[in-house]
Amino acid sequence: MAFNLTVNGESRIADVDGDTPLLWVLRDTLGLVGAKYGCGAALCGACTVHLDGIPVRACVTPISGVGEQKVTTIEGVGKTAVGAKVQAAWKAVDTPQCGYCQAGQIMSATALLATTPKPTDEEIDAAMNGNLCRCATYIRIKKAIKVAAGLEKA
Amino acid sequence: MDGEILRDPTRRFVLQSGAAVGGGLLLSFTMSSESQAAGDTKVNAYVRIASDGKVTIASKVPEVGQGIKTALPMLIAEELDVDWSAVTVEQAIADTKVYGRQVAGGSMATTLEYDGLRRVGATVRALLIAAAAARWNVPADSLKTEAGFVVDAAGKRRASYGELAQAAAALTPPDPKSLTLKDPKAFRIIGKSHKSQNLDAIVTGQPTYGIDVRLPGMLFAAFAKAPVYGAKVASVDLAPAKAVKGVRDAFIIEGGTNLQGLLPGVAVVADSWWAARKGREALQIQWAEHPTARQSTAGFAAKAAELAAAPPHRNLHNDGDVEAALKGAAKTVSAAYSYPFIAHAALEPQNCTAHVKDGKVEIWAPTQNPESGRALVARSLNIDPSAITIHLIRGGGGFGRRLMNDYMVEAAAIAAKVNAPVQLIWTREDDMQHDFYRPGGWHNLTAGLDAKGGLTAWKNHFITFGEGETFNTAAAMNATQFPCRAVANYRHDVSVMPLGFPTGFLRAPGNNAFGFVIQSFTDELALAAGKDPVAFRRELLGEPRLLGEPGKGDSFHTGRMRGVLDLAAEMSGWGRKVPKGTGLGVACHYSHLGYVAVVMQVTVKDGAVKVDKVWAAADVGRQIVNPSGADQQMQGSILDAIGSTLYQSITFENGAAVNSNFGDFPLLRMADAPPVEVRYKLSDNNPTGLGEPAYPPAPAALCNAIFAATGKRIRSLPIGDQLA
Ligand code: FES
Ligand code: FES
Repeated sequence: MAFNLTVNGESRIADVDGDTPLLWVLRDTLGLVGAKYGCGAALCGACTVHLDGIPVRACVTPISGVGEQKVTTIEGVGKTAVGAKVQAAWKAVDTPQCGYCQAGQIMSATALLATTPKPTDEEIDAAMNGNLCRCATYIRIKKAIKVAAGLEKA
Repeated sequence: MDGEILRDPTRRFVLQSGAAVGGGLLLSFTMSSESQAAGDTKVNAYVRIASDGKVTIASKVPEVGQGIKTALPMLIAEELDVDWSAVTVEQAIADTKVYGRQVAGGSMATTLEYDGLRRVGATVRALLIAAAAARWNVPADSLKTEAGFVVDAAGKRRASYGELAQAAAALTPPDPKSLTLKDPKAFRIIGKSHKSQNLDAIVTGQPTYGIDVRLPGMLFAAFAKAPVYGAKVASVDLAPAKAVKGVRDAFIIEGGTNLQGLLPGVAVVADSWWAARKGREALQIQWAEHPTARQSTAGFAAKAAELAAAPPHRNLHNDGDVEAALKGAAKTVSAAYSYPFIAHAALEPQNCTAHVKDGKVEIWAPTQNPESGRALVARSLNIDPSAITIHLIRGGGGFGRRLMNDYMVEAAAIAAKVNAPVQLIWTREDDMQHDFYRPGGWHNLTAGLDAKGGLTAWKNHFITFGEGETFNTAAAMNATQFPCRAVANYRHDVSVMPLGFPTGFLRAPGNNAFGFVIQSFTDELALAAGKDPVAFRRELLGEPRLLGEPGKGDSFHTGRMRGVLDLAAEMSGWGRKVPKGTGLGVACHYSHLGYVAVVMQVTVKDGAVKVDKVWAAADVGRQIVNPSGADQQMQGSILDAIGSTLYQSITFENGAAVNSNFGDFPLLRMADAPPVEVRYKLSDNNPTGLGEPAYPPAPAALCNAIFAATGKRIRSLPIGDQLA
């Protein structure tokens, strides 16, 4: 069936089964490949996107559950002030190794800073706990978040 | 996607005009190995200079997060003498005839390419100088270069590389031996931090990885293989899969029995991957019986215990007389160590896109080892290797998993039955249950100490996987690892048992486990000798000298190890007082030509380990090519090792892996990732790689720190709940 979505501020229509996860609608139907598939089971965070600004795991979010909520993906998050700052900090710190997890990391970090502009280490750890990085770039991810928050210099 | 590259495999050391690439100069080299100093490897590379002075450099080695796509082009750019900001890097296509070795493995790229790729840059620079000399009618040696320009000695005349490119293209390249490479003191690019390639695309979510490849008319595939490796399809009902909306086709792939090749299974091809996966789940497959179904982790452990109690199958190295030395020792220490199978678990599941058309195959693969994939596909599809084109796509992590090309041959075999490009994506569960695992192993060690606490004897009965004299992949141990040759009496014995699961290379293969065993047992010996762990290691290393034959892979320089040991001890404030429940542990290990020492501080509370801080020192020669990337590899390797040491183990039951996803195969999370301070000890040796050597000392440093904190010796991995 056809679902009307708002993705990164644009109206999009996806004609898929209602149980199709948002991740695969984004990737295979709408051509937005920034959100990644890592586990398909809400265990790694590679697929993180925002629904009305709240980070969710797109791999376990059926398209039928999205409704009116606005979808923001890594492709669109740079249009927000916080998202742009986070992306810039990620580059300044040279955060990625393989980079595969980083879209999800940036989405979680942006959601954190949108509600908590000056997070403590504990708040960072808690907000980022669901985002795995197999290359273990955690030291630089944490640094990039602090740079984006203006707590540290790159 | 930057898989496009221009090539000219037929001409050797020729230049051609770059009209095809929008003007400017295309320099293509195939410098034969004879034209270089003996012992150098074959070098191939491409440089392209546009008329506006922009330089495009091809990176020959696959990128999987190790940062080689930055480091190798830096070598060329340095000698070419251009600003790094003028350089664009392109991933080379897979073509060994043009590029030589294109393998992301063994931490070998820096080692093998450091000299040759600088010579490539220097050759291009010499041609540009020659073009300017001809234009100005002056001797070439009166000219120099300045970041993308050729200038005359008086500084009066200046020509950009872009202006000179066409003329340079018409000249005959100089003999590479005649070229003088830069004095390292003059380096402007090498030794400075440069950022990862594809950084913009990564942070903005632009297509970058194998699963992001999109081709017109492309379909998606899921592929079901037997949980027991190599089991055939006995029967299958394809109809329920074909009934799923979006599914185009479902069919059996016969496959063979070679565990490294195409295995039997059932493919489902659909308009979207979700539909393919749903179709695959709807399949009712009966798998044929297979003898590996009788194998299990519990069975391996029982067999290992049986073999440990029996005389070893073989002796692989014997110095002096261990038994006599043990009899005469003031003290002997025995311990049994073991570690489990572990999976690579790269975050991007295995995938590959293939298009088979008119007898040709085009492949887009995140592979670390394209040429072996080409050979596999050629054999399986019965076509000539030259009919296969392989685009190298950035991999979402490798760790050695993508040295194997099972996903590539599967994608090609599926695409051969479909009239469209096909992207095969494995599920996470497929990835974890069809890995080439780091093999488990068992070590039974005994050592002797003299009255002064000096090591007099060391023997290891290593129990591993193999048959007769053959070991399974990555299941062999170098019989002459340190402390061999540092102790007068040394034996390395081995016994093997058969294994039906495929094993493979995982970051610092072998050493990732041997480092844990050797350096943990060394700590036990220090304790028995009544000595400080760092002091005991210093004594064992002794005078600076090379153990083993120079140039051999197992030769070991005690002075280089001493250097990093001392540095790590200094960085960590070794010997300082720490609170109760906190401990410092040290370990040092040599692998992949790199010497690394690690100190960890841990705090153990209520059975839970927290790594407070890590200090690491490495000696990988006289030059760190890209410090930012080097730090990433050091920190990443050590954190990788901490995660696997704490949590990871693959368990087999009834011939299949039980673990399926990150719930039962955990990765380290941010809250458990300690700060890792890294320093390099520069030594007058050729620069070598950093993707792996920091891993092997880390597990032992962690376990030795736990011992210092709690008195509990970890002899079996993972640590899991052993401290509870
Ligand atoms: S892919 Fe969604 S959490 Fe891993
Ligand atoms: S950078 Fe590779 S998984 Fe995070």
